[in-house]
Amino acid sequence: MDNQYLLSMSNITKEYYGNRVLKNVNLNVKPGEIHALVGENGAGKSTLMNILFGMPVIFSTGGFEGQIYLGGEPTTIDSPHTAMDRGIGMVHQEFMLIPEFTVTENIKLGREIGEHNALSKIFGPLLDKMNWKQMSSDARKALDSIGMMNIEEYAKVAGMPIGYKQFVEIAREIDKTGIKLLVFDEPTAVLTESEADRLLEIMRIIANKGIAIIFITHRLTEVMAVADSMTILRDGEFVARKEVGETSLAEMAELMIGRQVEKLVDDDLLGERKLFDDRIALEFKDYYVDMPGERVRGMDVKIRTGEIFGFGGLAGQGKIGIANGIMGLYDTEGEVIAFGKTLDLSKLGEALRNGLAFVSEDRRGVGLLLGESIERNIIFSAMQINDQFLRRIGPMKILDKANADKHAKNMIRLLDIRCTGPSQVVGSLSGGNQQKVCLARALTMVPKILIVSEPTRGIDIGAKKLVLEYLTKINRELGTTIVMISSELVELRSLCDRIAIVSEGKVFAIMKPDDPDAAYGLAMAGVREEVAS
Amino acid sequence: MKQKTNVLNKLGSFLFDNKVMIAFAIICLAAIVLSGSPMTFIVDGVFTRITRNTFTVLALIIPVVAGLGLNFGIVIGAIAAQIAVFTVVYFGFEGFSGILLTVLIATPLAVLFGYLVGKLFNRMKGAEMIAGLILGYFADGLYQLLFLVVIGGIIPVNNPTLIISGGVGVKNTIDLTGNLKYAIDSVRMVDIVTVFFYAVLAITVIKGILHLAKKYKLNRGDLTLFVVSALIFGISYIPAVERFLSTDRLVLLDAFTAVLIVLAIFQIFKIIKSIGDKEPASALKKPILLLVFYGALFGLTFIPAIEEVMLFVKLPVLPFLLIAGLAWFNQKILSTRLGQNMRTVGQSLSVASASGINADQTRVLAMIISTVLASWGQIIFLQNIGTFSTYGAHTQIAQFAIAALLVGGASVQKATNKQAIIGVILFHTLFIVAPQAGKELFNNAQIGEYFRVFVSYGVIALSLAMHAWKKFRKDSPDGTGEIAALSGVTAKEPADGG
Amino acid sequence: MKTLKTLYENIGLPRLIIALFFILLIVASIMLGFSPAALFSDVVRRWLMYGTLVLAMVPGIQSGIGLNFGISLGISSGLLGAVLAMEFAFVQDWNALYGAGSPWMTLGLALLLGVIFAAIVGTLYGMLLNRVKGSEMTVSTYVGFSIIAFMNIVWLSLSFKNGELSWPLQGQGLRNTASLSGSFGGLLSNPDVVQSTQPEWLHWLAFKVGDFTVPLGLILVFGFLCFLVWLFFRSKMGIAMSGAGENQLFTTSSGINVDRKRIQGTAISTVLGAVGIILYAQTYGFLQLYNAPLMMGFASVASILIGGATIRRAKISHVLIGTLLFQGILVTALPVVNEVVEIGTLPEVLRIIISNGIILYALSKTKGENQ
Repeated sequence: MDNQYLLSMSNITKEYYGNRVLKNVNLNVKPGEIHALVGENGAGKSTLMNILFGMPVIFSTGGFEGQIYLGGEPTTIDSPHTAMDRGIGMVHQEFMLIPEFTVTENIKLGREIGEHNALSKIFGPLLDKMNWKQMSSDARKALDSIGMMNIEEYAKVAGMPIGYKQFVEIAREIDKTGIKLLVFDEPTAVLTESEADRLLEIMRIIANKGIAIIFITHRLTEVMAVADSMTILRDGEFVARKEVGETSLAEMAELMIGRQVEKLVDDDLLGERKLFDDRIALEFKDYYVDMPGERVRGMDVKIRTGEIFGFGGLAGQGKIGIANGIMGLYDTEGEVIAFGKTLDLSKLGEALRNGLAFVSEDRRGVGLLLGESIERNIIFSAMQINDQFLRRIGPMKILDKANADKHAKNMIRLLDIRCTGPSQVVGSLSGGNQQKVCLARALTMVPKILIVSEPTRGIDIGAKKLVLEYLTKINRELGTTIVMISSELVELRSLCDRIAIVSEGKVFAIMKPDDPDAAYGLAMAGVREEVAS
Repeated sequence: MKQKTNVLNKLGSFLFDNKVMIAFAIICLAAIVLSGSPMTFIVDGVFTRITRNTFTVLALIIPVVAGLGLNFGIVIGAIAAQIAVFTVVYFGFEGFSGILLTVLIATPLAVLFGYLVGKLFNRMKGAEMIAGLILGYFADGLYQLLFLVVIGGIIPVNNPTLIISGGVGVKNTIDLTGNLKYAIDSVRMVDIVTVFFYAVLAITVIKGILHLAKKYKLNRGDLTLFVVSALIFGISYIPAVERFLSTDRLVLLDAFTAVLIVLAIFQIFKIIKSIGDKEPASALKKPILLLVFYGALFGLTFIPAIEEVMLFVKLPVLPFLLIAGLAWFNQKILSTRLGQNMRTVGQSLSVASASGINADQTRVLAMIISTVLASWGQIIFLQNIGTFSTYGAHTQIAQFAIAALLVGGASVQKATNKQAIIGVILFHTLFIVAPQAGKELFNNAQIGEYFRVFVSYGVIALSLAMHAWKKFRKDSPDGTGEIAALSGVTAKEPADGG
Repeated sequence: MKTLKTLYENIGLPRLIIALFFILLIVASIMLGFSPAALFSDVVRRWLMYGTLVLAMVPGIQSGIGLNFGISLGISSGLLGAVLAMEFAFVQDWNALYGAGSPWMTLGLALLLGVIFAAIVGTLYGMLLNRVKGSEMTVSTYVGFSIIAFMNIVWLSLSFKNGELSWPLQGQGLRNTASLSGSFGGLLSNPDVVQSTQPEWLHWLAFKVGDFTVPLGLILVFGFLCFLVWLFFRSKMGIAMSGAGENQLFTTSSGINVDRKRIQGTAISTVLGAVGIILYAQTYGFLQLYNAPLMMGFASVASILIGGATIRRAKISHVLIGTLLFQGILVTALPVVNEVVEIGTLPEVLRIIISNGIILYALSKTKGENQ
């Protein structure tokens, strides 16, 4: 094995329940270099890192194939602890910090320095007395070494700016003895611009000490700015290893997205129809949604009546927030106008009452009552909003069982939901059939605008095609305007009329399905076209 | 000007942080005034209650730190103690050796129980308090089964003073007079000094041997400890001192004076040290001020009303030393690696696990420590009270101990020795004066009694509600909390990014 | 074979043990020569006596607040309604004015007042529980304890004229147990009371078939309440409430205010608690004040759990089965135990172990299932 590399992961293959998420992937990192790991969501970056860290989830699902070499020597990493012992550290995206503790305590978390005493000699190191003096000076040294003179080691972490917390995390990794390789997982995602610049600087300082860095990010400009080399993954496959000096943004973007010719919906189903720019079904004006992790920050977009409109973009950029805001799950600001009427989203059910329906991306968490029957799930919203499937008995509105049953059976037939009958509990259905139940519930509302969020997540390919075809069908046959939010560009590009790429909570670009791949890649990465050209 | 607002701010935040305690202090004060009871009666009663209850309250601190919340499961520790007490009384042991045997039996039982409770709590993370509460009742049921049916019914026991006349089941009350009553309270000071000296001697010798074997390095602290204990032991041979020490009770005034003297010596030592170290004069300010303060406190004892009370109240020495020892132990254990692990686990299970701390094991250890301490607390309680109410002595222990701790200003997530001690004082003051106050106010003593029960429940309800409210506002609305925790429901599927 | 296994898993080990234990006790008591009719009369009586209090758990669980240990609030409301109604009846001298109608009016007034108090208290309590989401059970347990302690002070401070209620020779305070024999005690369930105080056309309310007592009035009332709850959970509002209890986000996204549903569920639970304690007292023949209701919440919780409910889902059948098993064991255990070992308090010990054991089991089990 070539031992110019500090870390080599070679021919890594991993399956989850028969589903190949990594296929013969290679990752090579030299000492002291910053190596970017680039790819879309689901490209396999997380799985690769989980393998590197020996996470239990890898071994509880049958391990992996391939070999890891550290400094040229074949190595097995079977637990996060071994990874730590071998000098591999990680700066997490979600901070592993305790706000109520001081900086020193956080830096030394789980690695406290103790002094032996008579009791600990007998009962073991748990009874060591803590040596805070030594620990403070270590913490100070670690902070100084990354240029963070102005963080006080005795201050509490609570109340610090987010950037500082990130630096404390980094200091903790630096403080670990024998650290050779540091993984930064989307470190700039939560930072302000100046903090992000500072972070990149610190990464350079660390790299100059001879510590190698794996930099996971989707911000291609940051890769260009700081990385020495990069590995690009796509759909679990190794695409290329490039030196940053020898490539361009456009090339990177294209490699990341790749050729995607696959059509998920047949052309004859799509057919031809006319859309009018002055007939607007749904309009967002300076729309904000306060959904943690998927914030929408000032979105302006118009969706035409009868259109299939897609929202794409990377995870965490805000596309998921759009629908959740409309449905009243998170606080919103700005205007949402449906068919000329401004919706008051602070009133629950407002969107439903105005002809919108919603299929959630979080099927089990939001989309279904898992413990209830298929029938109950299908009729729930229509009953609550439109008073359907009810009979009046005196002052009470009682379930009209016969009617509900009929409707549920109808839907089961229509969407081909595989089940024992309308009374089967939804929790026992397969993912695809659960998704169909969600769809059936939305369709029962007879919406004028149907919003579907990640409609194919976690369902098999056959069901995927069926769901997409059905969406196209209701659009063409009933004229329902469809807003589709998806992380899978292929899927958006196979049936949408237009696709808005969402980046940092805003619409970054509105694209046509047949725009070139590189353009999509750059848009997803939030890079303006003029930079590329 | 700036100084002044700063002081005001500090005062404001002090009042806010201690609102429960202050409110309670006001209620206590009002009740004292209303009751019109003599101070000697009240102070004496409060000190008796402190002797009995503080140990158990201090046993609650470690689980709070380790994130297990208020340990309603200390009932189980008390049960361990009561099984031991029954056994010891049945076999006829008495006096201090009887107590030692009780501890010897109770401790392994409590370790076992604590281990099981800890294991159970690990299955119910996030719902420990409700689980602990129910577990307490459940354990009480099993305990009753043991004492009512198994003893005498299955295990043949023949002892007409302990067993109900039919031969099955233990009597309602067991009189501890003549065997365990005051067995801890009545240990003479001179014996304590002697035992202390020999213990220190033995430890120093062992350390010395280790030192010679180069396995341990004797330090200055070890030697100082030895010298001090030898000195005290030597002084105890002076006839006057010996006479003074040969009693088991200490007049409050003497105890107070002794504590002040020790504190003063400590401060003087500090002053000498800082002069020796040539520290700036400002470092002297605090010790000197404290010395003046101690002097003033001592001066207060000459006020006749205070002097009367202080001469009236007599303290059992050993229980107070044990309480001080436990407070010291709490402090010490929290400054070890185990303590730091507990604090980490208490703050965040996930961060602790990610940092390589065995969270489950740490939690189990916390429960074992708490259960053992609770069992010892119950032994102190029973020997002081002198009659062992077989089926009632343990039932309210968690309730009252937790209420006392909360009254002291502790919360579900934070508790300190100081809060425990202040809490015991306030809570039991109310307990003592409430009936009399009720009688004076409503012409019905029972109202006062019900009022104190209401307060003890109410303060827990209030504290739990405030904690839950705070937690709820901090967390997302779904996917946390006890129902979700118990149902294994999490709000979101893990995001499949990357 | 597989169906047998799923059946076993559905029933669960503790429920199976309890059911077998119950059967064993019945067999034992019959073999010991107790009259089956008298025994079953007792079982049925206790079943109906506790039934409504257990029924009160259903809206709480379904609306998502978990096991409502705070049912003491409803119980206290009901007791307050009952004592006020009795005092009012006494002061107005309803017995003299209305004769056989008087107990009915007292019962009606007690229910009315109890329901009104409970609705108010329950709403406030629901609002509190919305603020402590995530710790409902711990908080509600102690709120329940507190309210009982508070009511103790109230009972002690009330000065009533009705001699059945207040201590004799004392100006202040109510009795620990007040007899309802002159009022609505046994009106729906006790053949002796019905026959001696009510006109002939009402004698069907409670009668005897041989040794077996049929408290038909109480059966009808309890049955009607069960029917109402069942119907409610098939109504628009009830379905929304179940949804709120099962999945907050789902329900919110369907345009329903989850917090309001939880408040409604809590209020209904509290109201049923108030009705429950009045029916309990009616059957028992005595009003129990002070600390008697302290642990009643636990008994109700235990019953519904024995019946097969979880902390998230409950049905009427769980109420019926659970109460029957739990009370059945307690009723049959007493004579059997007395015959065999002569320890009078043993059934009480049994009650403590079973009720807390099943709650503990349910708490630990629900977690285990989903891991």
